[in-house]
Amino acid sequence: MTALTLCQVTVRYDGPHGPVTAVDGVSLDIPAGTTVGLVGESGSGKSSLARAVVGLTPLSGGRIILDGREVGGRTVRARRHLGRRVQVVFQDPDTALDPRMTVRQTLEEAATAFRRLDRRARSERVAGLLDLVGLDPRLADRLPRQLSGGQRQRVAITRALAVEPDVLIADEITSALDVSVQASVLNTIRRLQRQLGLSMLFIGHNLPAVCYVSDVVAVMHRGRIVETAPTTALLRDPQHPYTRALLTSVPILNAPPPGEPAAPALPALPALPALPDEKLS
Amino acid sequence: MSVPTRSRRSLPSSPLAWVAATMLASLVLLALAGPLVWGAAADRPDPSAVLQGPSAAHPFGTDNLGRDLLARVLTAARPSLLLALSATLLGAAGGVVLGASTAVVGPRTRRWLATLINLLLAFPALLVALFLAVVLGAGAGGALFALAVASVPGFARLAQTLAAGVSGTDYLAAARVLGLRRHRLLRRHVLPNIAEPLLLSTTMAAGTALVALAGLSFLGLGVQPPAYDWGQLLNQGLDRVYAQPLPALAPGLAILYAALTFQLLGEVLAGSAARRAHAPQSPPTAPLPATLPAPLPVPDGPAGDDHVLQDHVLQVEDLTIELPTPAGVIRPVRGVSLSLRAGEIVGLVGESGSGKSLTALALAGLLPEHARVGRRTHRLLGADLTAMTRKERHHHLATGLAVIFQNPASALNPSLRIATQLTEAIRTHRGASRTEAAAQAEAALRRVALPPSLLRSRPHQLSGGQRQRVMIASGLMVRPALIIADEPTTALDVTVQRQITELLSDVRRDTSAAVLFISHDVALVAGLCERVLVMYAGTVVESLPADRLATATRHPYTRALVESVPDLTADRDRPLRTVEGGPPDPLAPAAGCPFQPRCPHRRHRCAEDVPALTDLDPGHRVACWYPLPAPAKATAS
Ligand SMILES: Nc1ncnc2c1ncn2[C@@H]1O[C@H](COP(=O)(O)OP(=O)(O)OP(=O)(O)O)[C@@H](O)[C@H]1O
Ligand code: SF4
Ligand SMILES: [Mg+2]
Repeated sequence: MTALTLCQVTVRYDGPHGPVTAVDGVSLDIPAGTTVGLVGESGSGKSSLARAVVGLTPLSGGRIILDGREVGGRTVRARRHLGRRVQVVFQDPDTALDPRMTVRQTLEEAATAFRRLDRRARSERVAGLLDLVGLDPRLADRLPRQLSGGQRQRVAITRALAVEPDVLIADEITSALDVSVQASVLNTIRRLQRQLGLSMLFIGHNLPAVCYVSDVVAVMHRGRIVETAPTTALLRDPQHPYTRALLTSVPILNAPPPGEPAAPALPALPALPALPDEKLS
Repeated sequence: MSVPTRSRRSLPSSPLAWVAATMLASLVLLALAGPLVWGAAADRPDPSAVLQGPSAAHPFGTDNLGRDLLARVLTAARPSLLLALSATLLGAAGGVVLGASTAVVGPRTRRWLATLINLLLAFPALLVALFLAVVLGAGAGGALFALAVASVPGFARLAQTLAAGVSGTDYLAAARVLGLRRHRLLRRHVLPNIAEPLLLSTTMAAGTALVALAGLSFLGLGVQPPAYDWGQLLNQGLDRVYAQPLPALAPGLAILYAALTFQLLGEVLAGSAARRAHAPQSPPTAPLPATLPAPLPVPDGPAGDDHVLQDHVLQVEDLTIELPTPAGVIRPVRGVSLSLRAGEIVGLVGESGSGKSLTALALAGLLPEHARVGRRTHRLLGADLTAMTRKERHHHLATGLAVIFQNPASALNPSLRIATQLTEAIRTHRGASRTEAAAQAEAALRRVALPPSLLRSRPHQLSGGQRQRVMIASGLMVRPALIIADEPTTALDVTVQRQITELLSDVRRDTSAAVLFISHDVALVAGLCERVLVMYAGTVVESLPADRLATATRHPYTRALVESVPDLTADRDRPLRTVEGGPPDPLAPAAGCPFQPRCPHRRHRCAEDVPALTDLDPGHRVACWYPLPAPAKATAS
C-alpha cells in the first residue's frame, strides 16, 4: 500500500491576460489504502490538480511525494516511473478510449506497458480484469462505439487498474453518466477499494457521490483547499462557509414538500459576484 | 452494425466507384505488363521509318529514331507511375511523421515544430520542386526527391491538424500516463486515428505528383534519355505538334487519364468515409425483429382530461414524434400526455435519450423541420394550436411560453449585447417601442437579481450562472404563461443551481406562470416540483406528487431510478441499486412494456401488452400491469 502526498502543489497557465493560477498551493495527504474525495465547483482547479499529479500538466511549484520519495513527471522516463504506480481515469466516456482499438487491445496494451506477458497470460489477464469490474467477458472484442457510456467508463477504469497501480485518480468519472449508470460505477469503485486496498483520489462535483466512496473529503474553492475532514465529520459539522453553502445546496430526495422552504435560507452563500470579477472565467 | 459496413467497404457501391476501380485496375495492369509486352517494340529503332505520322503499323507514328510511339507510351506507364507514387509516398511519410509527432512531443518541441511547418508552408511547393530539381541536377532521382521534399509541408500541416484532434483526447492522455514511449503513442494511437483522411489526400496528391513529374521531365529536369516517361515523350512530341499532333497528344492524354484516376479514387474514398461516419453508432442490441410492432394503443386518460380544461395553461394529449435517421425512422416520443395548471411546477425526469428534450421542443414548436409530430390535443392558454396556421401558431407560442435551455452559452448570441437580446422578442411580437422595451428589460434583469448595468455587456463577459439568469430574464420579458426549462442547471455548480431553482420558484409565485422543469436529477426535481412525470423510452411511465418520489413510487423503473441515487446519508457499506441492461433500441422497440427486458417484476403479460397510464388514486398514475405495493405510511399522509 502506498501513500500519496501533495505538497504546496501549484499549477499556472498562460492566459490571454497573463498567467492564471488554477491550483494554488494545494497540500493533500492520501494515506495508504484510503480514498480522499475532492469536491468543488467547476473551474475550481480539480482537473488541473489531477493532471498535474500524473505529470500531464507541468507543476509550477510544489512537490508530489509517493511513499516518502519525491516523483517528477517531466520526462518520459519519470512519467513511466510515475505511471507504474499512479493511474488516472477521466471524465468523458466518449473520448476515454481509442475508437480504433477493441477493449481487449486497450487492456492488453495497459497490461503489457510495464511487464512482459505471453499470449496466454495476456488473455487470462484481460478476462480477469473484466471480471474485476463486473463486465461481461464477451465485451472484450467490441469497439468503444459498441459500448454504452457506463461500460466504456468501466473499461477506462479497468485500463487504469491493468497496470496494478498503487494509487488511482478518478477525475469526475461519473459526471457524464445517468444516475442509474453512475450507481453501477460507484459500486464498482467501492468493491475495488475493498478488494485491492487502493489508495484513491476521487474528484467530483456531485457531493453525495463523492461522499459515498470517500473516507476523507477535501473541499476546493478557487484553486485552494478550504477544508479537509473525515466524511462523516464534514457532513455533520462543516467549518468553512463555502462547505456549508455547498452542503445546503445539495438537493435531497426526502426534502419537505414545497410550499415550506426546502432548506434554511442561504446566508452562507456568497453574494452574487460582481461583473468585473467574473470576466476572467 | 459491422456487417453492412464491411460489405460496403469491400464492394464499390456507386457507378463512380466502379469507374474509378476499373481505371485503377487498367493502370496497374499497364504498369505491370506494359514493359513486358511492348518494351521490345518501344526500344527497336527503325531507320527506315523515322518521324512518321500515324499509320497502320504505327498508330501514333514513330520518333526520330523510328521507334513506335504507341509502344513507347504504353511502356512509359511503369516509370511514370512508379516515380509519381514514390515521390508521393516519400513526401507523405516525411510530412506525416513531422506533423503527427506534434501530438506526442512536449510543449516546447511542439511549438518549434509548428513554427517550422508554418515556415515551410510559406514557400510555394512548385517553386521548391523546381529549385531543388535544378540544384540536384537533372535526372529521375533528383526530380523524385525534389517533388517529395516539396510536398512535405502540405502533408505535415494536414497531419498536424488531424493529430491535434487526437492529442486533446482522454485516451491519449491515459496512454501517456501508462508511460508509453513516443513512437508507441504515434503508432498505436495517433496514426490509426488519422490514417483515413491522410490516405485520401495521399491518393489525390499522387495525381498531382504525376502531373508535376511529367512537367519536370518535360522541362528536361526529370527523366533523361535514353530513359523516358510520359513527360519526356510529351517533350519530344511537342517539337512537331503542328505537323503531327498525335505524338504529343498521346502522352498528354495518358497523363490526364492517370491523374484523373487518382482524383476519382480520392473522391470515391472520401465519399465512402463520409457515409461511414454517418452510420449509426449505437451499441449493438438484441437481434431486430423483422417488423416494427404495431403502434402503441393510446393510453386513455381519465374522463376529466378529455374536454378543454379552462384553468389549464398547457394541455397536450398523445404527443408522438417521428424522426427519420440514416438507419430508419425512430419514434423517440410515443404517446405522451401532460397538462399544467397556472402556477403549477411540474418535473419531467428520465434518463438520457428518454425523450424529455424532444417533448419540450415539440411543446414549443421548435422541433427540426424533418420531424413528424402527431398529437390529439395541443392547447396553450385554451387556444387550440393544432387548428392554427403556421404563422398564428408561431406568434401564439412566442408570446405564450418561454424556453430555457441547458446551455445558456449557446442559447445567447455571442455578438449581441444583452439589451438587444432581451428586447428582441417584445419588439417584434408586441411592437413595443425602444424606450418601453429598455425599461422592461431593466425590470426583468432586476427580477433575476442582476444589475441593470449588465444590459450593455456581451454574453462572454458573464459567468454561467449570470447567463442562465439572463436567459430567464429574457423569457420573462414576454410575460409567459408557461416556462419550459430543459435542464437549466445541469451545466452549473450546485450552489448556483440552488440560486437558479429558487429564482424559478419565485418567478412562478409572483407571475403565476406554470413551469415545466426537465431534469435527470431526481433529487432536484423532488425538492422543487409539485408533481413529477417519469419518462422511459419515450413514454410517461408514472405521474405522481413529488413528495411520493422518495418512498412511495409504484412503477418498478421509478423505484429503481430513485434507489440508485446516493444521498449524503447513504450507507457506504450497502451497494447502490442498479438496473441491469440499457434502454430499448429506438429503432426496434419490442412489443409489450418498454421496461420489460430490465424489470425484476415482469410476468407473462408484460411482454405482450403495453400497460397504459392508469389512475391508482387521484394524483397518482402509473403505466404498469403490476404496480409495486404502496408503503403503508405513505398512503396515510
Ligand atoms: N434531431 C434528431 N434526429 C434524430 N434523432 C434524434 C434527434 N434528436 C433526438 N434524437 C433521438 O431521440 C431520442 C430522445 O432524445 P431527447 O433529446 O429527447 O432525450 P433526453 O431525454 O432529453 O435526453 P438527455 O437527458 O440526454 O438530454 C434519443 O434517442 C435521441 O438520440
Ligand atoms: S408492466 Fe410488467 S414489465 Fe412493465 S414495469 Fe410493470 S411489471 Fe415491469
Ligand atoms: Mg435533453
